[in-house]
Amino acid sequence: MTTPIATDAMYRNDEGMGIWEHRGKVAAVGVGHAPTARRWDGRPETCVGAISIQALRQAIADAGVAPDQIDGLVVVRETTTGAFWEEGKPLPMDVIQSFQQTDDPLDGIAKLSAEWLLANMPELSNVKFTMYGPGCMSNALNVTAQAVGDGLAHTCLVVKSWHNFEGRYYQGGANAGDALPGTPAITQLWGGPASYSTALQFAEYCRKYGKTHEMMAPFMENSRRNGLRFPEGYWAQHRPEELGPEDYLASRWIAKPANLFDNDIPIMMSGAYLFSTAERAADMKQKPVYILNHASSNTRPRSLLPTLDEVEDDTARTGRKIYEGAGITADDLSFENMYDGFSLFHQFHLEGLGFRGIKFGEALDFYATDISIEGPNPVSPSGGNVGSGRSRVWMHTDCIQQLQGRAGERQVTGVTPEVAVSGGPMPLGGNFTVWSASPD
Amino acid sequence: MAKQGVVPDSLSQPFWDAANEERLVIQYCLDCDQLQHPPGDTCRGCSKGDELEWKTVSGRGTIYNYGVVHDCPVRLLQQDQPFNLAVIMLEEDPGIQMFSHLPGVPVDDVPVGAAVEVIFEPSANGQLVPEWRVVAD
Ligand SMILES: [Zn+2]
Repeated sequence: MTTPIATDAMYRNDEGMGIWEHRGKVAAVGVGHAPTARRWDGRPETCVGAISIQALRQAIADAGVAPDQIDGLVVVRETTTGAFWEEGKPLPMDVIQSFQQTDDPLDGIAKLSAEWLLANMPELSNVKFTMYGPGCMSNALNVTAQAVGDGLAHTCLVVKSWHNFEGRYYQGGANAGDALPGTPAITQLWGGPASYSTALQFAEYCRKYGKTHEMMAPFMENSRRNGLRFPEGYWAQHRPEELGPEDYLASRWIAKPANLFDNDIPIMMSGAYLFSTAERAADMKQKPVYILNHASSNTRPRSLLPTLDEVEDDTARTGRKIYEGAGITADDLSFENMYDGFSLFHQFHLEGLGFRGIKFGEALDFYATDISIEGPNPVSPSGGNVGSGRSRVWMHTDCIQQLQGRAGERQVTGVTPEVAVSGGPMPLGGNFTVWSASPD
Repeated sequence: MAKQGVVPDSLSQPFWDAANEERLVIQYCLDCDQLQHPPGDTCRGCSKGDELEWKTVSGRGTIYNYGVVHDCPVRLLQQDQPFNLAVIMLEEDPGIQMFSHLPGVPVDDVPVGAAVEVIFEPSANGQLVPEWRVVAD
């Protein structure tokens, strides 16, 4: 069995597609997370493959499903935080020999194939459908929802994991070399770090609307507060530190106006979910959370970096796609849970959704109001990557757990959790899922 | 600022050859009548490849936006941290952007909107690279 990458047919990229044909007929039930770590310690039991198995087994147990009932598996193959296995570095033979290895010796260590997972999870004896969703859990969730809706699988696992090796990320390879090939040189000669593009969009936003970087502080404080109530997250597990305005604003610049905390911390992590048809989900251990729609954006900027105009056009379009296919409006959202890594683009997602009627240029003022989980307008109750480290998964787990009423200390109390949307990563280019406590 | 060398590949060869002659050329689609940068094998507007050529542009533009890089992934540039990294919009088409370190402009004191003109600076292997300097009033 070779696993295909999802084709365009799996995504809902366009406006005018109408209500999603499987609205309310697919549900998320089980959630699984492996413990996080700052970096891989080199042991077989903590490699990215091992933590993926751990998260998947937890999602299966959480849903109360027998493994042989599972017939689908959607995987994000890419697991790097930016750290790569250096060329010429000896292979970790003890790790490789601890598993059923595929042809690729770094499978399960620096990447993850569906074949590797199936070889090392013999209990998944009835999986007949496998597919890759590229990049992010947000993407893989769209694929999983569509696959279950289309009947490609009736009970389907989905997993996204991250590996983080020793060393400073992104600093090897071409960035350390004497010369660059001509085409990538046009963008890479200049030394912009990963958050540079977002920093520029934020700078333009501040100039256009008269806002400042300081105005991010309440959002950052709220996100970390929520993250510390996310027992699956990195900061809760390893560094239970609040992030007050003074600490946030005193941190060093990476690409001004983006500082250290505006950049999410790379970690080892794995998150998994179990999806099923609404009928089957009704008999499982957890309350089903129904999928009302999924939507995607694959918009590219015209030139090197997205301009603020391009960002606002596309987030507004994404908002319309999300609502159209789900048959809802912004008024139906119980809380806001879009992606935040980098923190400086969270307001674009929020404004594109028009959460609580907010228009372009208003989100930073909104951050100064009550955005807590106890209030009437919860923003990022998951705490996102700011609150729990780089995963691009927290907002999805949080939406499911909030709507199941088992978000624990993070449970929203000022609103009734009924309908939510989560997704990302970028304002230009992302995948989004609409969740509901009820199928209609 | 010292920049890594550049080894032109087939797609970018005309861009870098022109730079060595101190000319700025940008890929152009005859069918769409549109400039395209960075260059591609096909036009991002019409997906055709056979209508692409290179057009010499004036080398005038304005500063659209900037950030200050304090933590740079490129080893050679780390000695110059912090440094300005600006985005220039071309006079011919403000939708076309180019990067610049804005030589001579103090760090974090960048005149957004100011007029700039292209200059050419040698990189580590001698290949000239388009850079931009603020035009005096
Ligand atoms: Zn064209």
